[in-house]
Amino acid sequence: MFPASCMNRVVITGLGIYSCLGKNLAEVKDSLYAGKSGIVFDPDRKEFGYRSALTGMVDRPNLKGLLDRRARVMLPEQGEYAYMATLEALANAKMDQDYIDSKEVGIIYGNDSSAEAVISGIDLMREKKDNTLVGSGSVFQTMNSTVTMNLATIFKLKGINFTVSAACASGSHAIGLGYHFIKSGLQECIICGGAQEINKFSMGNFDALSAFSVREAEPTKASRPFDRDRDGLIPSGGAATVILESLESALKRGAPILGEVLGYGFSSNGAHISNPTVDGPVRALTMALKDAGIAADQVAYINAHATSTPAGDASEAKAIDQVFGQSRPFVSSTKSMTGHECWMAGASEIVYSMLMMQHGFIAPNINFENPDEDSAKLNIAKTTINKEFEIFLSNSFGFGGTNSSLIVKKWT
Amino acid sequence: MTNENIILKINEFLTDEFEVEAGSITPEANLKKTLDLDSLDYIDLVVVVESNFGFKVKPEDFTHIVSFQDFYDYVIRRVDAKELA
Repeated sequence: MFPASCMNRVVITGLGIYSCLGKNLAEVKDSLYAGKSGIVFDPDRKEFGYRSALTGMVDRPNLKGLLDRRARVMLPEQGEYAYMATLEALANAKMDQDYIDSKEVGIIYGNDSSAEAVISGIDLMREKKDNTLVGSGSVFQTMNSTVTMNLATIFKLKGINFTVSAACASGSHAIGLGYHFIKSGLQECIICGGAQEINKFSMGNFDALSAFSVREAEPTKASRPFDRDRDGLIPSGGAATVILESLESALKRGAPILGEVLGYGFSSNGAHISNPTVDGPVRALTMALKDAGIAADQVAYINAHATSTPAGDASEAKAIDQVFGQSRPFVSSTKSMTGHECWMAGASEIVYSMLMMQHGFIAPNINFENPDEDSAKLNIAKTTINKEFEIFLSNSFGFGGTNSSLIVKKWT
Repeated sequence: MTNENIILKINEFLTDEFEVEAGSITPEANLKKTLDLDSLDYIDLVVVVESNFGFKVKPEDFTHIVSFQDFYDYVIRRVDAKELA
């Protein structure tokens, strides 16, 4: 460990979002405040064989005119979303290409699949029986690191450059690692985030686990984290970007400082590949609080991981109650509106929580009508709450038992 | 397919695929420079020829193709050979 005296403070200077709640920060803020769902029924999925055809949906951006042909050929769906979110985040951070060219700006992004690119490429190879005919873009679209390799090329980044694949905690760990690289002084600025493809090829095998809600007649009611009558999650996607910077760098260039990353806690359950535990999240939560140097009662809001699965929500509710049972901060799962944004969720939920903190409200956990015995112990925001707050915590958990908790403080 | 039709088709898919002005493609112009081709773009050129004419350009064939006229001649020769086969 580096001595504390050598540690940098790590601040957030830019945010960008492209999600089923909106294609930019302003649209998403309004959706969060209004408690608007981004979930739809996708008939194409039913035709494809999905048990549940519910999904979050966002249009693919038209990048012609924004990116040249070479860059576009390399980008898979989630890479396009990541590009849009990063464009917005860089503008939000008032960071232009001249600045990027003069510094070693890095990128650490969460992504854990590129199914459509893999499947369409393999289908073409099978049909043509000649691999050349798959074209030049396929290999760059299919790798898990597709987002970071593409964005690092497009924005000509010269710092740290890799992808974090940690299932549904990918985006959160990406921010946590970015925080550590800056805290330790190895980097001054890192573009962090998470991206998630939405296409029907990406979630078929997850659907196979019967983990998705089948409340198909009421798409906007189907994602109901913590509610007694929840019956599963709903996949979703898009991308979110968070610009992390050392406080010194942000002050030097006169950047807008939006918040400070105070703590990152992580753990592994050391148990089942898909069944959650209480102990794993408790250790991540405790570690985040310790890293932040704050007491549990200083956290005003928890953006829960809760995906709307019976087992996952119950375990998280127990973990939150165990650590925050005395202070009972407000809790909501924005997945009630977005569905589960998987590899992107850990980053998007930092953006959502930042928007709430900037605009003085707590977004509702929509569809929370009746608690069960675990969620009854939490202070869940059923409706939008107008409230200024200074510190929030965001949870992200993933297959294999990977857990990540981030704590962020408002910059005042 | 007549040679004129082949050339029209080539010009159409090249302007579309490589996003260049139609006017920049002339028989004498340099194919690589005009289309701004790098090593990866040549792979996409192989793909677009195959999808339009049903034959595959061997990478080594490009060494003899400098101008658009060279490219037209090459494609016409391959199309003719295919039609005769």
